[in-house]
Amino acid sequence: MRLPLATLLRLAWRNLWRNYRRTLIMLLAIAVGVWAMIAMSAFLRGMTDQMVRSGLNTLPGEVQIHQSNYRADPSVVNSMPPPDGDLLDALNQPPITAWTSRVRVPAMVSSEYDSRGVILLGVDPEGETAIGALPDTIVEGRFLSDADDRGVVLGQRLVERLDTAMGKRVVLMSQDPDNNVADRGARVVGIYRARLRSTEDTLVYAARNPTQSMLKLGSAVSEVAVIGGDYRHSESLVPPLAAAVTNMQLVQSWQQLDPYLGSMLKVQDGFTLIFMVVIFLALSFGLVNTLVMAVFERMREIGLMQALGMRPGLILLQVLIESVLLLSLGLIVGNVAAWLTIKPLESGIDISAVADGMEMMAMGTTLYPALDGRDMLTSTAIVVGLGILASLLPAWRAARLDPIRALAKT
Amino acid sequence: MSSIRCNDLCKTFEQGGETIVGLDHVSLSIEEGEFVCLSGPSGSGKTTLLNAMGGLDTPDSGRIQVGDAVLTDLSRGQLADMRLQNVGFVFQAYNLVPVLSARENVEFVMQVQGVDARQRSQRVQEVLAEVGLEGLESRLPAELSGGQQQRVAVARAIASKPKLVLADEPTANLDTRSAAQLMGLFVSLNQRGITFVIATHDSRVMGYARRLVKLQDGRMISDEAQEPTAMVV
Ligand SMILES: Nc1ncnc2c1ncn2[C@@H]1O[C@H](COP(=O)(O)OP(=O)(O)OP(=O)(O)O)[C@@H](O)[C@H]1O
Ligand SMILES: [Mg+2]
Repeated sequence: MRLPLATLLRLAWRNLWRNYRRTLIMLLAIAVGVWAMIAMSAFLRGMTDQMVRSGLNTLPGEVQIHQSNYRADPSVVNSMPPPDGDLLDALNQPPITAWTSRVRVPAMVSSEYDSRGVILLGVDPEGETAIGALPDTIVEGRFLSDADDRGVVLGQRLVERLDTAMGKRVVLMSQDPDNNVADRGARVVGIYRARLRSTEDTLVYAARNPTQSMLKLGSAVSEVAVIGGDYRHSESLVPPLAAAVTNMQLVQSWQQLDPYLGSMLKVQDGFTLIFMVVIFLALSFGLVNTLVMAVFERMREIGLMQALGMRPGLILLQVLIESVLLLSLGLIVGNVAAWLTIKPLESGIDISAVADGMEMMAMGTTLYPALDGRDMLTSTAIVVGLGILASLLPAWRAARLDPIRALAKT
Repeated sequence: MSSIRCNDLCKTFEQGGETIVGLDHVSLSIEEGEFVCLSGPSGSGKTTLLNAMGGLDTPDSGRIQVGDAVLTDLSRGQLADMRLQNVGFVFQAYNLVPVLSARENVEFVMQVQGVDARQRSQRVQEVLAEVGLEGLESRLPAELSGGQQQRVAVARAIASKPKLVLADEPTANLDTRSAAQLMGLFVSLNQRGITFVIATHDSRVMGYARRLVKLQDGRMISDEAQEPTAMVV
């Protein structure tokens, strides 16, 4: 017995449109379900992406090298010499695309009215530019000009809290390695805004050289920050660096530096999958019902085919083809609709109306849904895979019809 | 090849706690090329016997042999294959798949039978012409009259050149003229060697038969050869 696939397809197609209203309703349901799967995962992906990016922004640097004790005690004591020798070689070749070194210590900033505990970054502006770790936007003034710049750049919210302003002087204060107070006055040369307003409170940018001299560090730095390609795969940057550092140094990817942030991507993938399956389960009831009705209506011709000698497998296949056809149509409509409605939103949706609440979740005021081919593939796989599984029941019932009884229903 | 041997067939049905006799020790032999009518009142067991001969149904006891195949020894799947390849069926109604055209209805079965594409389209034209349906090949069943639908069913039944055609009340839904045309078609096909067994209680049909088997309450009450009385139109 050969498989008359073309005829089965034609048969399934025509059967589908026999009750076109029911088919259209089911088609719509599948399309909406598929659209919801993709839209939902695009929003979820956009949200996580942003949370991770915002998180990376406050780190900043996808892979970082520290003195071994720095993470336990991020003070000047746990500094390290700037990269040289093997490490310098490793930093200057692929897969690493850029790196910089900086001083990063807890400090106090004071204006004439108030003082705040912050994290003082002593940076090389050129290096920070290269790894894309500059503040999001400079709203007033400028960023530091070079590693010798004596000014400071503060976050807008910190400026408000300190009641200071552009061009005014503030005092930076911390400890040197001998536990003596180290301080200097600096002029506010720039004010930045960050996607997360909490960042504006925390990070204070000063140039590396003045910061090193203030802290009596010589040329020592607190951390080396590295980037290379896709932030999702930063772990691959670690091994070559780990091989080049001394045993007093530690190389960590952002996933290790912030395990909570690191697990976010996996959690998101898991959620996406669960959501998709749940949406499909809701759909599957409609699908099974549609097929059961279709089989019930066509009992006589199914009985006829069996009486003529078509094996149950062929009947089963016929129902499955019909189901796959219906699912495929729904998938096409759903995917196209998702593409058309979500793609334009990728440039960002203003959610500032609800953004205060979102701040807690480390989100900005704009949501960027991320349409991902993988999500479209996953939803297609789920719909087709589980769809066939759900269709097996009605198909099985059709295949098991007793031809004599089915034909006797005149 | 297409002789039919039925030995001592019994079949009962259970319905609502009652036992209904379908076949009661029926023994019957039909030789190749015969034109047999199974007649009898409603409920006498005509369909049950016909279904058993066609491998659609299995008796509770007894033995059926069609050609070399002992149907009572075959599995369900084997019976399906036997029906597909060796028996042409014409039923009372709902003989066709409603969404397939006349041509497609015939072709579908031939495809499943494994006839290759070139041979198939040629044969489909041939049999549809033979039953007098040229020009109506692409009509859907709903666009054909009852008689035309039955003739599509006959075309399908003879497409793979089976030696045996079983028909169950083929004229029940037809007017006199269409019934006569259909029977004329049966007679001419029978003259080319196809064995026909027709279950009917239509006296118009019995007139075409060369042998009349009468059933009552599942028992064979008579089996007589006769000269056909009906005129082939
Ligand atoms: N599936 C079934 N379940 C229960 N009883 C059945 C079944 N099929 C047939 N019977 C019974 O078996 C007996 C013989 O039925 P059968 O259909 O063979 O009669 P028939 O001679 O073809 O009748 P008709 O002329 O009305 O078609 C009847 O009493 C019928 O009610
Ligand atoms: Mg009957």
